[in-house]
Amino acid sequence: MRRDPRILLPVLSLALLLAAVFWVQPRAMSYFGINLLFNLAVPIALATIAQMFIIMVEDVDLSTGTFVSFVACVTATFLVETPLLGSAILVGAILVYAALGALIHARQLPAIVVTLGMSFVWGGLAVLILPAPGGAPPDWIRWLMTSKPPLVPMAIVASVLIAAVTHLLVMRSAFGTLLRGVGGNARSVARAGWNVTWLKAAAYGLAGLFGVLAGMSLVGLTTSADANIALRYTLLAIAGVILGGGEFTGGRVSPVGAVIGALTLTLAGSFLSFLKLSPDWQIGAQGAILILVLAARLILRRGRAAA
Amino acid sequence: MKTRTKLLGAVVLLSAGLPVAGTADTSDKRIALSNNYAGNSWRQAMLQSWDKVTKQAVADGVVAAADAFTTAENQATEQAAQIQNMILEGYDAIVLNAASPTALNGAVKEACDAGIVVVSFDGIVTEPCAYRIAVDFKEMGRMQVEYLAGRLPEGGNLLEIRGLAGVFVDDEISAGIHAGVEQFPQFKIVGSVHGDWAQDVAQKAVAGILPSLPDIVGVVTQGGDGYGAAQAIAAAGREMPIIIMGNRQDELKWWKEARDANGYETVSVSIAPGVSTLAFWVAQQVLDGQKVPQDLTVPFLQINQADLDAALATTPEGGVANVEYTLEDAKKVIAGAM
Repeated sequence: MRRDPRILLPVLSLALLLAAVFWVQPRAMSYFGINLLFNLAVPIALATIAQMFIIMVEDVDLSTGTFVSFVACVTATFLVETPLLGSAILVGAILVYAALGALIHARQLPAIVVTLGMSFVWGGLAVLILPAPGGAPPDWIRWLMTSKPPLVPMAIVASVLIAAVTHLLVMRSAFGTLLRGVGGNARSVARAGWNVTWLKAAAYGLAGLFGVLAGMSLVGLTTSADANIALRYTLLAIAGVILGGGEFTGGRVSPVGAVIGALTLTLAGSFLSFLKLSPDWQIGAQGAILILVLAARLILRRGRAAA
Repeated sequence: MKTRTKLLGAVVLLSAGLPVAGTADTSDKRIALSNNYAGNSWRQAMLQSWDKVTKQAVADGVVAAADAFTTAENQATEQAAQIQNMILEGYDAIVLNAASPTALNGAVKEACDAGIVVVSFDGIVTEPCAYRIAVDFKEMGRMQVEYLAGRLPEGGNLLEIRGLAGVFVDDEISAGIHAGVEQFPQFKIVGSVHGDWAQDVAQKAVAGILPSLPDIVGVVTQGGDGYGAAQAIAAAGREMPIIIMGNRQDELKWWKEARDANGYETVSVSIAPGVSTLAFWVAQQVLDGQKVPQDLTVPFLQINQADLDAALATTPEGGVANVEYTLEDAKKVIAGAM
């Protein structure tokens, strides 16, 4: 029952923004237009889901952006030239993520510090792999990201798919309930006999997996990589999770909301650019949209509490 | 139509060359500038030049619109989204100073597929369907030695001031300088320091290496370092060699003072921020249906002894000498690349 209003606001903000975009730029109201509006939101949505797994266990990941950049560099180089080695590196990266989760829990380290440190490691590795921008996407990823399914554009199909899969995993499976329990009350999960270190490792590993998917899909869109390609994803992903109804504490997250949050953030940028707003104001305006949605959420919640 | 032709002719006549019959078929075309960064004086001058020239072009009816967009965060993904938005807005051409030579290729390809002309300049993109207006940094290095060979036929020792280590531009200019020394073997580079394109860094670096150097007849530079070098050499009490300048206002000012005091002669080269306007005219020419090669080279802006006063007068304090390009200039560049 109480999940419904949580998802209502993100949906409403997206719908409102979409209506505004269509009003300013009617040309966007087409198969081609919607795909252009949203295709770069697909990697952001995946990165947002990655961040969501971390926020779900009451941590914050400050390395999302550099990790996605690192994956993009691997995808554009090793995965093309030596697919086996490339896949091994990516699997290894996911395992490193899982190990970090275990380490953070076992040693009670602050996740912010560890992931901030890791962001320099990923960034350094990315520069080592690709000192100058370049590379090419594996054909199958390029094909996937530029595919044109009938009726509904790729960007929408992908978004719905990501939302559905993660929703089933996080909200409907027993495993997902456990993971959310770690964020809600780790001690009681531990008392119930579960190994929280393993659970945290699993949450971080899932974050790594979705980070890898984000990097791969990004290269599929841009056709090449660059060691700095996704730096802004760190903050976008955190904002996306929160915009989508997630909270920093208590394991309260919504996968569907997170995907919608990512789409909303992407759309907000386009909307402001369609308005021909000066770039000096755009960052501020993007922030204003965020604050507006969060303020609406607060008012909505207070209204419910009063009722 | 007739007044438009006349006006266009007048614009062309104003800056250089003869009026041409540029009855462009582009009066209903819209061009957008996608720029990744606006945080230094060079980029600011670039945007101002764009604004000035395109406003006039719109007023003259050469094109219908020429809007400038700058991304807030200098990020390739953000600029890719910006380009996709421009496709949606139905621009006919996109003039692009790219955050990454490769990471925008997907968006650029999408623009090309939508029938949009993409012209990249300064920060160029590698996507084959786009036009590139590149800077010939190698030539910028080589011509410095050529100039010195003209002034000092007997040759001598040179000091090289390089830019920021590890940056593509630094390697290119330096390679050009070394190629020039090979071409004019009477010169020899006896010392090389990194000045990071900044006067204070260059001054410190030159002051540090000077005591270990024999007599030098010339200093080859990359721009933004000539004034610092002059200060260091003057402080060491050495005879002033020929220092190649880089169009910065402080360099030009120092040059003028030295010229007035003792007839000092040199030359100054760099890239004019107004190259954005060259890209604009190239885009306009492509839209006009002209045949334009995919790869063009920007002429760099050279200030000779005779132009010094005029150049200094028009360069703002702390700024860079600039020039806005005309349709005629663009045609010359295109013809030169054919």
